[in-house]
Amino acid sequence: MAYLEIKNVRIAGFSAAVPEKVIENNSLSLFNEDEAASFIATTGVERRHVANEFLVSDLCYEACERMIKDLNWQKEDIDALILVTQGPDYILPATACILQNRLGLSQECYSMDISLGCSGWVYGLSVASGLLSSGSMKKALLLAGDTTHATSPEDKSSYPLFGTAGTVTALEFKEGAEGFKYHFATDGSGYEAIIIPDGGFRNQFSEKSLEVVEIEPGIKRSRLQLVLNGMDVFAFGISKAPQTVNKLIEKYNLNKDEIDYFVFHQANKYMNERIRKKLGIDPGKHPYSLKNFGNTSSASIPLTILTELKDAVTQGKHTFICCGFGVGLSWGSVWFETDKIVCSDVVEI
Amino acid sequence: MELKDFMQNFAAQFDETAPSEFTPTTEFKKLAEWSSILALSVIAMADEEYNVQVKGDDIRNSGTIEDLYNIVKSRM
Repeated sequence: MAYLEIKNVRIAGFSAAVPEKVIENNSLSLFNEDEAASFIATTGVERRHVANEFLVSDLCYEACERMIKDLNWQKEDIDALILVTQGPDYILPATACILQNRLGLSQECYSMDISLGCSGWVYGLSVASGLLSSGSMKKALLLAGDTTHATSPEDKSSYPLFGTAGTVTALEFKEGAEGFKYHFATDGSGYEAIIIPDGGFRNQFSEKSLEVVEIEPGIKRSRLQLVLNGMDVFAFGISKAPQTVNKLIEKYNLNKDEIDYFVFHQANKYMNERIRKKLGIDPGKHPYSLKNFGNTSSASIPLTILTELKDAVTQGKHTFICCGFGVGLSWGSVWFETDKIVCSDVVEI
Repeated sequence: MELKDFMQNFAAQFDETAPSEFTPTTEFKKLAEWSSILALSVIAMADEEYNVQVKGDDIRNSGTIEDLYNIVKSRM
């Protein structure tokens, strides 16, 4: 059973960067007026920050600089840099290695990428917290984010849903800290539910990869662009997200009523509301950032805490259960506590 | 699980279609009210009422309500 408990590590802060450019979903030529209203009502996504001139690494770089400054950390003290993304700069090398240098971090730095999407922040957190728990390494930056480079602007099933963001979660060793409790799960039989079919080594890039095909009215894309099987992802999400949260609660004997916030991956409002209701969570404990940022993949949990709960988490203690679920198919949940953490202003570039 | 109960649960996802329209042989994707959101609603109904995961291909490959009922029943 994929449970994990990590002690002696705390979250020190959150930061994020997004493109300044905003696209309003009610102005998209993809939709007629009724379709736009219906899409917004169903998904909760009114607008998104999107600009293809910025990569995840650019956004995370800006968010890191802000985080390090606001925490008053010294760059040479950062022992680990973990980047969770499906949008690396190159197939190789790992983007985390490039960022280590770009940020001016010490060469004595553990750096690597993790290739996960919507579940990725939870998985990245487990890696970063696991690295720090013995106390040999003291400080880590967990970067998580994605862009919309691989989303077809002619695909109304995916393009209006996704936004761009890069986030940073700063972690530090603290003797006696309660740490993190995790549950993880994977079902690779659903790997085609969210996929970019070509461009990797299984289906290598060819001329055919660029061919734009009409899948159905309103959905045109090439094989280098994102395929999102909405029905399969929905069936997966409403089943597995409540399941992992309940497993976490049972395994660690948590009292659901005593959890202050349930911050879940921001898939879309229709799916998230089903999940929330199934778990019997009070709406006031279940914030959304979908309206202004859309689905930001692995960035969505830290971005939601940062934008929706900043006033709360910068003061006093709060308990969280967070849950990520999506591409893989991969899912997981985590319990943790925050105590007066630093939340930077969202950087717009 | 009875076909009659499944049909009632299926029909409950619709707002504008008359109850008399729903029979085992109803080709549900030809109903005027059918939409991608109703497909999600039916998937959610199968999850909540029967704890069964209905996938996109199950919807795509089902012609009638009874076809879908048989899929759900086979997974219980």
